This record gives sequence, C-alpha cells and structure tokens, in this order.
Amino acid sequence: MVQMRKTTYLQALNEALREEMRRDERVFIMGEDVAYYGGLFRVTRNLLEEFGPQRVMDTPISEQAFIGMALGAAAVGMRPVVEIMYMDFTLVAADQIFNQIGKYAYMTGGRVYLPLVIRGQQGGGKNYGSQHSQSLDSLYAHFPGLRVVAPATPYDAKGLLKAAIRDDNPVVFLEHKMLYFTTGEVPPPDVDYTVPIGLAEVKRPGRDLTLVTYSYCLLEALAAAEELAEKYGIDVEVVDLRTVNPMDTETIWASVARTGRLLAVHESYANCGVGAEIVARAYEEVPHLLKAPARRLGMPPVPIPVSRPLEQEILPWKRHIMATVLEMMHERVAYA
Amino acid sequence: MSVVKTITSSQERKRGWSISLAPDLLPVEVPPPFDVPPLSVEVLQKMYHVMLLIRRVEEYLLDAASEGRIGGAMHTAIGMEANAVGAAFATRPDDYVTCTYRGHHHAIARGLDPGQVIAEVLGKASGCARGKGGSMHMVDPEHGLMGTNGVVAAQVPHAAGMALAARMRGEDRIALTFFGDGAIYQGVMHETFNIAAKWKLPVIFYMENNKYSEMTPIWRTSAIEDLYTFPKVYGIESIRINGNDVEIVHAAVSWAAERARSGEGPTFIEAITYRLAGHMAGDLETYRTPEEREHQRQADPLLVLRQKLLDRNVTEEALARIEEAVAQDLARAVEFAETSPWPDIAEAYTDVFHL
Repeated sequence: MVQMRKTTYLQALNEALREEMRRDERVFIMGEDVAYYGGLFRVTRNLLEEFGPQRVMDTPISEQAFIGMALGAAAVGMRPVVEIMYMDFTLVAADQIFNQIGKYAYMTGGRVYLPLVIRGQQGGGKNYGSQHSQSLDSLYAHFPGLRVVAPATPYDAKGLLKAAIRDDNPVVFLEHKMLYFTTGEVPPPDVDYTVPIGLAEVKRPGRDLTLVTYSYCLLEALAAAEELAEKYGIDVEVVDLRTVNPMDTETIWASVARTGRLLAVHESYANCGVGAEIVARAYEEVPHLLKAPARRLGMPPVPIPVSRPLEQEILPWKRHIMATVLEMMHERVAYA
Repeated sequence: MSVVKTITSSQERKRGWSISLAPDLLPVEVPPPFDVPPLSVEVLQKMYHVMLLIRRVEEYLLDAASEGRIGGAMHTAIGMEANAVGAAFATRPDDYVTCTYRGHHHAIARGLDPGQVIAEVLGKASGCARGKGGSMHMVDPEHGLMGTNGVVAAQVPHAAGMALAARMRGEDRIALTFFGDGAIYQGVMHETFNIAAKWKLPVIFYMENNKYSEMTPIWRTSAIEDLYTFPKVYGIESIRINGNDVEIVHAAVSWAAERARSGEGPTFIEAITYRLAGHMAGDLETYRTPEEREHQRQADPLLVLRQKLLDRNVTEEALARIEEAVAQDLARAVEFAETSPWPDIAEAYTDVFHL
C-alpha cells in the first residue's frame, strides 16, 4: 500500500509535468509566461530551473503560431505540452485546434499523428467576466479527433496529465481556476501512476439518483449530495466523468441501473452541451433503466457576468444542483 | 454588357505594380545576395523531367476535374513548377516541408510517386493518405512532406514547429514552408515570422507569388507591393527572385538552407511566378484577359528550362527522349490510380486517433 500525502491540485499538475519531462526528453513546454514567471497560476513553476530554456519556452502572445508549432513538433516526434493562460483564448487558435490538430491523423490516412497536450484553466467563480470564465468542454467534445479531459481531484489531475502526455493523440486538458488550491491524497513523487483516459469513477455511492459531472462541478455536486442526504434523506450517487471525450457511458449506465434516475451537471453551456449528449444517449441506449425523466444542468445561455451575485446566480453549482435534484425527487420529498 | 472592367497588364503596371515575368522576363529581381552557379546539364535534365511530369499530371487532373470525374476542389500549379523542383533539389530528403492546397507539384518534386498522387486525388485506397485527404492533403513523411493544407497559411507555423523539433534534437534538418501571396495577410504568418526570427529557427518561408490570391489580383487587396519587405521588419533575411527559373530557385533555396543549417535563422523568399491555369478547375478567370495569360506564357518555366538546355548543347533528340519518358511515367501513374480499388468502407472510421 502506497503511503499517500496531501497535496494541492496545482502541485499535482506541476509534479506530473516535472516527472514526465524527466522520463521523456521529447516532452517540452510552450506558452505565455510559463518559463521565467512559472505560469500565471504557477503550474509550471521551477521547471525552467530544472529543464532550461530549451524545454520550457516563453512564447509571445500568439496562440495560433505556438499551437500550430506544437502540431509541427508533434508531427515529427516531439511531445509538446502547450499552456493556454485562459482556455477562452484557444478560440483565437480555433483553426489550428479544430481544422488542423483534430483532423491531422485522419487527413493523412494515419501517416502523421500528434502526441500533444493543450492544457489550461477555465471556469467561473472568480469574477473574471465573459472572456475569462467560459467552460469550453462541450465545444471541444463536439469535434472528432480531440480527447477532452477535465479532472477534479489532485490524484486524477496528476494521473490524467501523465496519461495525456504519454498518449499518442491530441489531448485538450481542462483545469479549473477554482480547483488549483484544493487538496487531496496523492502518492509521493517517486510512485509512478497514471489514470486512464476515458474512464469515469464513482466518487460517492448512492441509491436514489445518478449525478454525472466533472471538473470543479464535482466538488459542488459532492457538497450538494451531503446536504441532500442530511436534510432530505436523498442518497445521490456521484459519478466523476473525468474524461469528457471519449465518454465512459458504461460506468454511467451501471450507476443508472442502480438508481433509475440520471442528472448530468457541468459548467459549460447546457444548450447543445455534454449534459444534453449524456441524456440523449441514455434515451437511445438505456431507456429501460430510467424510472423518471433524465435531466441536465449547465450554464444558461448568457455570457458570464462579473458582478458576484450575478455570477453566482448563473453558475450551475450546489444551490442549483440541490434544487434540480429536489425537483427530480419531488415525490419522495413530498412524502418525506 | 459587363459592368466590371477587366484590368489589363499595362493598366496594372500604371497603378505602380511593375512586377512581371514577361515579356521582359526579369524585371523582378532584387540583386541576390548569393551566386547562381550554372547547374550541370545532367541535373537540369532531371529537373526538366520532374517539372514536365508535374505539368502532365496536373493537366490530367484538370481534365478529369473538368469532365466531372473528380469532385471537390482542384487547384493546379501549372506554370509554377520551377519553384517546387528547384527547392526540392536544393534540400535533403530528411528536411521537412509543408505547403498549401496547391501542392501536387511539391509532392511530386519531393519524390512522392505520381501514381499515389493521382490515386489520392481520386480517393483510392492506394493514395498517399489512403484516399482520405484528397487533392489538398498530400502527405509523404518518407520524403519529408508532412502535409499540404486546405487553410491558407495554417501550414506555416507547422513548419516552424518542425524546425524547432529538429533544433531541439540537435539535428541539422531544416523546414521549408510554401504559401502564396494571398497568405501574407493571415495573422498567423506574422506571428510565426516573429517567433522564427526571435528563436532563429532553421526555417525557410517560401512565397510563390503568382499574382492572384485565388480570384483576386493581389494589387486589389494589398496596401503594399513589395511583399518581401514584410519579414524584414522582424529581422528576417528576405529576398525576391524569379520563381520561373529553376536555376535561380535552386540557388536561392540552397543559400537559405545553408543559412538555416548554420544557425543563421530563417529566410524569406518571394518568388515571382505565374499561375497559367485558373485558381481551380472551373475558374471563370474573369480577373484577367486571355491576352495577359498568353503574354505570361512566354515565361513558362518549362520553356525557360527547355531553352536553357538547348543553349547548353542538349539536343532536341535528348529532350524528346525525356518527353517520351514523362509520357510513359504519366501513363503508368494513371493506370495505377484508375485501376486501384476504393478504400474499404471501414476506413471511414479509422485514423481519427492513432491507436
């Protein structure tokens, strides 16, 4: 049994980068402020000191160019990890990500493939406003050719980032600005482990309802589940998707088989989002498992406001999660 | 009666756009900072073979597209072959190349079998990308061709990334990226200029200025005539050459490649050339007169090279032998491609990810 220790999500990511760079000299980092500053959120701190400016490179604010360069380097055998300061800025390089990186292996008949990672933080809760708070997981999951990963715990963050760097395909690795200083149990640095891409995990077992979520919403969902159990005796099973694409529906359906109810929650827009996809697949693949209509909860279709009460109003966090679960369980609540 | 007046070459020149290959053939050069030593007639004959083969393959493809036997877009580089062949002969097979959707000439010049080129365009299983890429997505990693690209200028940072990879591994490989005059105003081009210059990457930016950004003459949309001056702002060595003379192209790329390999960083080459065919099959070509095109035909790089060979005592008979060999190459390539099977239906679902 490995002796675990408590560490932050931030530290877990930093360790994953450091260990993978030590393990494989093809791995290198590019991005804005990543080298001398150590990253706006300090994910890449002290990597320049160990690996030097040849492998930890500050770029100009030119997302199209350095994401395109990551494609080029990956195409000829390197394993670049690109940091995007706010995932919102990846839209500046949408051509490189969607038209180029996501399609390259296919368009070349598999003769060129791209082991690269585009990582950065997204999400709301810190009053950054409309262009620094979006969650783009649903957008990235919509396109073929990109793996989309969104871990919520330090253990998963480290294990999935290592798996993403070792994967031979492009991985969009989505962190959340609310998660960086959260803590959790992680094996010590000398213990090498990965978390497989494409595998969900039940983070809280329960009997009454399956709540599927990922990224920071997991923490809100777990908090909601505790309060629902305490106040209403509703026992929610929380499934952490961890990887948005490919989606581990097997784990979700196994949970729904136990609970008969399904709610998908995420911080990207509900409209045409991952939750809509999960619910649609449930009706297509396992309608017989559903005792009640499956539902989704995501961001309403508005840009994200700065004002604290306005932002809190629209984030699909604990308050909204509890309200939705109570609506779905209204019979039980009425009779309770 | 058309309300759109066609601008003639002479009117174009009056507007201050003096760049032309014909009839005077060479008012385009900025004095080159390199010598243009004459290549041996053996090399020139090989170049003639490849250039003529490219021409014949593209004429076949253009006919097939016009007859409706090929769907999609068909962009040919008829009239621009010297750029691809001169550059390919001046670089090594392990150097990296990316280019635009007008890339058949580069694919063949790098060494990709013309049968695989045609098969790819036809969507056959034997194509270089197993029929999934088509005309705009030629690929041949064994000859350094890492991809031709459907989006203008998107391939430019890819080459810079390949150059970066080569340098990180301590290799003396270089990367070469081709694009048209229309690519100069894509933002990613300038982003890449800056990084390549700042990091002194071993990359060559090669602009095939064929004077038309798709269906619009570059002078209609560009505020600047001398496109090669842009990269100078970033500290990049930048030259303008005659892209229809394969010897000049070869000398320019040799010089730029040597600079890149010896750590002197990127070079920009603006090669003046001329697209004798339309932007794509079915192009109405309302943007130029037939007279202009015929006028520029005098500077056809194949005619230029053929005359060069005759001037250097290569006989008509020797050239006829090359032309006959090319005809046979084309016949073999067409036979190979047309008789190749379609891909297995299951191929529609593979290669999204590398497994």
